[in-house]
Amino acid sequence: MSSATPRTRPRRLGAGDRIFLTVIIGIPLAALLFFVWLPALASLGLSFTTWDGIDLADIHWIGLDNYKEIFTNYPPFWPAVRHNVIWLLFTALLPTPFGIFLAYQLDRRIRFTRIYQTAIFLPMVLSLAVVGFIWEIIYNPDTGLLNGILNAAGSGHHIDWLGNPDLNLWAVLVASGWRHTGYIMILYLAGLKGFDPALKEAAALDGANGRQTFLRVVFPALKPVNIIILVVTVMESLRAFDIVYVLGGGVGSKPGMELLSLLITDNIIGESSHIGYGSALAVVLLLVSLAAIGTFLVQTFRKEDQ
Amino acid sequence: MTQQSRHPLAARGPGRRTVVGGLFGLGAAALGAPVLSACGSGAGADPKTVTFGSNGADATPKKAYAAVTGAFAKDSGLKVKTNTVDHDTFQKSISTYLQGTPDDVFTWFAGYRMQYFAKKNLCSPLDDVWDKIGAGFSDATKQLSRGEDGKYYFVPLYNYPWAVFYRKSLFKERGYQVPQKWSEFIALAKRMKKDGLAPIASGYGGGDSWSILGAFDYLDLRANGYDFHMSLMRGEVSWTDKRTVAILDLWRELTPYYQPSAGGRSWQDAAQSLLDKKSGMAVIGLFLGQQITDETIRADIDFFPFPEIDGTHGQDAVEAPTDGFMLSRRPKNEDGAKKLLEFLGGAHAEELYMGVDPSNLAVNEQAKTDSYNALQKKSAELIASAKHISQFADRDSDPGFISTVVLPGLTEWLGHPDDGSGTLKKIESQRSRFFTA
Repeated sequence: MSSATPRTRPRRLGAGDRIFLTVIIGIPLAALLFFVWLPALASLGLSFTTWDGIDLADIHWIGLDNYKEIFTNYPPFWPAVRHNVIWLLFTALLPTPFGIFLAYQLDRRIRFTRIYQTAIFLPMVLSLAVVGFIWEIIYNPDTGLLNGILNAAGSGHHIDWLGNPDLNLWAVLVASGWRHTGYIMILYLAGLKGFDPALKEAAALDGANGRQTFLRVVFPALKPVNIIILVVTVMESLRAFDIVYVLGGGVGSKPGMELLSLLITDNIIGESSHIGYGSALAVVLLLVSLAAIGTFLVQTFRKEDQ
Repeated sequence: MTQQSRHPLAARGPGRRTVVGGLFGLGAAALGAPVLSACGSGAGADPKTVTFGSNGADATPKKAYAAVTGAFAKDSGLKVKTNTVDHDTFQKSISTYLQGTPDDVFTWFAGYRMQYFAKKNLCSPLDDVWDKIGAGFSDATKQLSRGEDGKYYFVPLYNYPWAVFYRKSLFKERGYQVPQKWSEFIALAKRMKKDGLAPIASGYGGGDSWSILGAFDYLDLRANGYDFHMSLMRGEVSWTDKRTVAILDLWRELTPYYQPSAGGRSWQDAAQSLLDKKSGMAVIGLFLGQQITDETIRADIDFFPFPEIDGTHGQDAVEAPTDGFMLSRRPKNEDGAKKLLEFLGGAHAEELYMGVDPSNLAVNEQAKTDSYNALQKKSAELIASAKHISQFADRDSDPGFISTVVLPGLTEWLGHPDDGSGTLKKIESQRSRFFTA
């Protein structure tokens, strides 16, 4: 700065301005620190302790024991990690490309496009809890829609969609994908609306077919939207919680449907809570999320700087 | 646009800075508001009002509690403000509820679950209330109402037995006999399956996985006896003990006769299949009656005690969970709350409650039982004849251990009932985390 030089440049901001700026930056900053970073740091601190959540005097420092237990002696932990990965891969490979596909088709001024858009986006308007209730009815083993259709089609099988630990994760993924598709579609559609049609015309003149136009021209040109979609997909997969919670009956993790987020609430909410243990799980999830989002953002912005 | 035309416009409305500043002021106020209101809520206790936190959110219990609190209000001139929360939500949030600003009196369960909160000083002792109501209760009930320090913390309202329920008319039509011994029980289940029934109604989907514990508890009580069961529940013996393995071995004999797709069904739907004669039997509590709307079906329902497995233990234990009330640690209206608890522990309150909800039994021995239906009378006899009364696995043990370790393990095992040693090892690996001295 130039404050030490004899000829200081005239201050562009008066005292009032500076107070004003301090206030409008200070208050949100304080709120962010207090409501976001303080709890995060407190969780980090608590993850090295054991505590039942009742009396502050009962907090005991136990070092890395919680982490050691979680990684070596916590049966639902590795299944939960696996399920989170499955969730991410499934969402990234099926509903997300399908949403993009729908957006691309709907952008081509077909008839009734507004109606299709609304219909596909509708699940997104519903809260995940409501989506859970809808699918609960569909999957009900006795009176559910799915088993009703199967029975009518003559197969005598009674499929326990939500109860069978080998099946229930996929049942939930279908429900979540149903909703995710509409979300991705609307995001991508917004991007396509801002797409310069001249580029498409140029591609057509060069003799590109529909698929080539999309893959070589449209898709790369919509990079900012693609980034948003990828970040949204990764975050939705890591924070997946509510729909599993609802379809699991609201009592925490069920066999076959363990997720990291559910294991955290398993240990923290309830009558005899293990705040330290749950915090350690939360820290694990935080680190995974930071790593996933962090690497991605760093890479993207590094490319942009070049 | 010219300079002249711009000036008056800018001067007219509030400046940009004022607007932004105002917005941030609002934001800051919104952030500060919860803090302020949290300070304020402590005051304003009304000596004429007692607050009552109830988990009886279903229609029948809600009506029954309303009848009881209504009668108390008329009796004492105090107002009872009832705050009803869904049963499962109430249980989930009980710790935070009790540490925040709980209602003066709240519904809760006897057993380990009550003693835990007594130990943590989240509720108040009730010895002076028991001085007045003590005469109406048996020693077993008194025992159930005390914390580990010997003080009373709990006022019981009702209990209900778990047993094997069935429809009399179905047994008569098909010529089924009530089984006494385990082998007869399995043989009956086998016959029912051949007759095209689902022998054991079963639904432990969604939030209902607790319902499998009835069978687990009874298998343990019958095969290993009450003392072993209680040590297992309190985390004093290993879950890989050969007696625990024996429970799963016995259970495996029964699992082929469980209603299929049970992992996605609610207990209510399972109960309905019993009422519809699609299932033959159900290991369930007397609360099954809350599902019945048709009185002719109610008269057709009967039960038998869970069959004998080991002669040395016979059928000497009954699982009969007890529900009742506790007093929060800093009640706003302590005198009023204690008056309410005295009333709730009295025979009159129990008669009123059972009058609306006939799926439970009054615990107070002075309560009149002549309005009981046949099922209630039989239940009362069953409990009275028991040598040991257990509560329920999630009440006799650490509820977190049961809900996050035992239940996921057992429900998964029920899907593929193998020898169970893997399941038990998983459960055992978590025991020390919940039960430390």
